[in-house]
Amino acid sequence: MIPIEHILLLSALLFTIGVLGVMLRRNVIIMFMSIELMLNAVNLSFATFARGMDSMTGVVFIFFIIVVAAAEAVVGLSIILSIFRTSKTLDIDEFNLLKW
Amino acid sequence: MSQIWLVPAFPLLGFILNGFLGKRFGTRFVTFVGPLAIALAFAQSLVLFFQMLEVEGNVLHEHLYTWIVSGNFEAGINFQVDQLSSLYLLVITGVGFLIHVYSVGYMDGESGYYRFFAYLNLFVFFMLLLVLGDSFLLMFVGWEGVGLCSYLLIGYYLEKDSAAEAAKKAFLFNRVGDFGVLSAVLLIFLAFGSIEFATVNAEAATRLDYGGSLVTAITLLLFLGATGKSAQIPLFVWLPDAMEGPTPVSALIHAATMVTAGLYMVARLSHLFVLAPFTMNVIAVVGATTALLAATIAITQTDIKRVLAYSTVSQLGYMFLAMGVGAFGAGVFHVMTHAFFKALLFLGSGSVILAIHHEQDMRKMGALSNKLPITYVTMLLGTLAISGIPFFSGFFSKDEILWKAFSSSYGGPWLWGVGFLTAGMTAFYMFRMIYLTFHGESRVDSHVAKHVRESPFTITIPLMILAVLAVLGGFFGVPHVFHLIPNGIEVFFHDFFAEIPGGHGTVSTEWTLMILSVMFALLAWFVASRLYHSGFKIASALRSKWEWAYQLSLNKWYVDEIYDALIIQPGRLLSTHLLWRLFDQNVIDRSVNTTGIVARMVGNTIRPFQNGLTQNYALIFTLGTFLILWYVM
Repeated sequence: MIPIEHILLLSALLFTIGVLGVMLRRNVIIMFMSIELMLNAVNLSFATFARGMDSMTGVVFIFFIIVVAAAEAVVGLSIILSIFRTSKTLDIDEFNLLKW
Repeated sequence: MSQIWLVPAFPLLGFILNGFLGKRFGTRFVTFVGPLAIALAFAQSLVLFFQMLEVEGNVLHEHLYTWIVSGNFEAGINFQVDQLSSLYLLVITGVGFLIHVYSVGYMDGESGYYRFFAYLNLFVFFMLLLVLGDSFLLMFVGWEGVGLCSYLLIGYYLEKDSAAEAAKKAFLFNRVGDFGVLSAVLLIFLAFGSIEFATVNAEAATRLDYGGSLVTAITLLLFLGATGKSAQIPLFVWLPDAMEGPTPVSALIHAATMVTAGLYMVARLSHLFVLAPFTMNVIAVVGATTALLAATIAITQTDIKRVLAYSTVSQLGYMFLAMGVGAFGAGVFHVMTHAFFKALLFLGSGSVILAIHHEQDMRKMGALSNKLPITYVTMLLGTLAISGIPFFSGFFSKDEILWKAFSSSYGGPWLWGVGFLTAGMTAFYMFRMIYLTFHGESRVDSHVAKHVRESPFTITIPLMILAVLAVLGGFFGVPHVFHLIPNGIEVFFHDFFAEIPGGHGTVSTEWTLMILSVMFALLAWFVASRLYHSGFKIASALRSKWEWAYQLSLNKWYVDEIYDALIIQPGRLLSTHLLWRLFDQNVIDRSVNTTGIVARMVGNTIRPFQNGLTQNYALIFTLGTFLILWYVM
């Protein structure tokens, strides 16, 4: 039996990697994957708590998050595809038209 | 059922049809609808007149709609036909119809023909509301409505600056009067708890003290309103300028109907007015002064319509003189005869103006009697009527007023003297106008002179009908001294108006005064014929001797200039320096600008954060989350 602390630590680690990925990487696809990473880090901690507290509530949340993440992936990838078609680049710093 | 509502409904329908469809359906449609609406209203007025005579108490009342209910205050759209309003109805729709027919000829070919008839119909509608309403509220709606139509019709020639100025002037002067009416209505509501004429007239004597300050204030404020609408001192200066409108408008609004609204109000509330002897004296003195002042101005004017305009002011002064001495019936009688002969004179002058290609200056007229025979004869009859030549309509009504001014307990020799003097001057300036326009040698421009011909029948027929009325209209009110037929006006208005106590004078005095005034009018006619039978030559010799008096009269006693110096210029200075430069620019503009500046400063400070770099946002978002977490834990 792996102790809960270890799994939670892994979850926090994954989440931090995700946050840093979003903040530091310039490639939109990588940023997008980092977001997915954060979502799944959260999923992991939900699953851990669900098992530790012997309750199904956390599992239900996981299903919701997976569904929302799938929908988000569809929309996000479409946006990425269309901005790539217009600008031929995936560098996030090039997409800075919406400003003062 | 009496169906009173039909009377104003026809002109309103005419207005809607002409105003909204007239442009699309063209001139023939407008020509058909405009006069027909008024003719139908006239027919219904006649029916109502006879119904009213048969009804017990001589009042027809009709409740249409409850408009406002608030606490114990209730105001409805109720129509009422009694002796006074039925007489006004007949004059408004009857003379109004003739003037509509006349307008068909006069306005022929003008652009905006449909607009003219739409406004004219609307005017008649509001005027009918004014005289049909059974309370102050409905009367006030009509009162404002006729003011609006007057404004629109004075400014009918949109491209003329002077017309726009005159329209504004008329409107503003009327607003001063409206303030008086509105304040008076509020006071009346406070005193009576009701604004219905019937209640006010019936309870005036019990609720208000005779000569008390409240009743004096109410009546003075009402009279202020009347001076605005009916062009009396101090608010008379708008009426002569109103002649910028087309001539039928001058005839209908500024001679026959709207300007008598003030008199209507005073006559309607006679039971209230007699409680305030001070106000009655003010009315009599203001009326007499206005009559004299306007007559002195009319003597030297050269614009034919302005002569008639000042004559109207003067005659309205006469009517107020009658009201002021308690001769309400005589005043209303003069309203009626004046409507006939003044409408006739205005329409006649319009016929002349049309014949010589829109020239109004009498210095460019003369010798037109052969070329415009119908216009000449009808105008001469109108002049005889207004001058008080015996057995024409003006003679009876004017003489009744002069007699009451002399014999009433509110009157006196002074008021009679002013009226007498005015009567002579009236005869003088009217015959001056006739001689300058129709006699002597022609001063008409030679190009124009060749084309002068009599106006079409749509113009001459109304002239002839009005001439008949101007000649015979006086027989409704033959004074008692003649012992021929009973005084129709007195029988008609039996017990309608408030009576004032006393009065003195004998039959022989009445005869003497009557003969005196007739002699004076004939003398004035004679003098006018000597002075003006061949143009201005003789008169200008006389003029050089009395240059100062001539200038005073020609420049209208400098009343416009005095108002300009006393009211307009100070008002302009106040507005410029205090209201505009100080308050508007320094307070309002500055506070608005400061709001803008603050918003812009804040914006400039925060703006760099929105730099379009997604990761910047992500960084701030994350830091914010950490901050919240740190705070929560």
